[in-house]
Amino acid sequence: MDEMASLHGLLGGVLIGLSAVWLMGALGRIAGISGIIGGLITQRPKGDSAWRMAFLAGLISGPLLVMAVGGGLGNVAGVPGAVIGEPAGGVPLMLFAGLLVGLGTGLGSGCTSGHGVCGLARLAPRSMAATVTFLVVAIATVYVSRHVIGGGV
Amino acid sequence: MSGMTDPARVLGFLDITGAWDPTLIFVLGAAVGTTFVGYRLVFARGTPLFSTKFQLPTKQELDAKLLGGAALFGVGWGLSGYCPGPAIASVGGLTLPLLALLAAMVLGWWIAQRLTR
Repeated sequence: MDEMASLHGLLGGVLIGLSAVWLMGALGRIAGISGIIGGLITQRPKGDSAWRMAFLAGLISGPLLVMAVGGGLGNVAGVPGAVIGEPAGGVPLMLFAGLLVGLGTGLGSGCTSGHGVCGLARLAPRSMAATVTFLVVAIATVYVSRHVIGGGV
Repeated sequence: MSGMTDPARVLGFLDITGAWDPTLIFVLGAAVGTTFVGYRLVFARGTPLFSTKFQLPTKQELDAKLLGGAALFGVGWGLSGYCPGPAIASVGGLTLPLLALLAAMVLGWWIAQRLTR
């Protein structure tokens, strides 16, 4: 096991948690990225967009800040210090996958942050069911694409 | 820092029968643990600092939309290694495949919103 990767994962996870706690403590909102950004783009809710824009700006600038600071804080597998990894497939696969991610998180009201972090922390039954579902399906998808079809993505 | 912006790590975590990468267990565990404790402290205050109330989902039932949506998301996540947050956070290292994923994701959100309205 890669202890350094695990330690970075642990620290990164704490930071994700602190961000979710801050958003709830300050504005009373769930830190669900598909809901915050999806809502911003598809609905542009009047008077409810500024904090979403700020969250988006923070989300994009965070990794850039880590890169600017340097010091090997990134956690890309096999590339010590790198912050942002390469996509695992080409444009056609990413178009298909992206459509499913958008459709799925839109219909299912959440992704790994809203259901997986905030929902589990609230012990919300819907989030627990959603998290188990997307985890199991994602594991099955990787199994099929890597070990059944072979060659992988 | 967590490794979530690296699709190879995410897919390595989901690949439980291959060379399993446990990193994301630590990410998820630490994030949920921190939020679990932090939420309790925050809720104990009664109201948020800059807002009048906490806006929490009240729905309880496990319907087809929730589970079907989660399953579709699982396929997309398993194929790409991107969930929405890390995909958006990776904009600083934009590549053509990532741009394609982001554009398709926004289209997916838009369709979902149309379907449920």
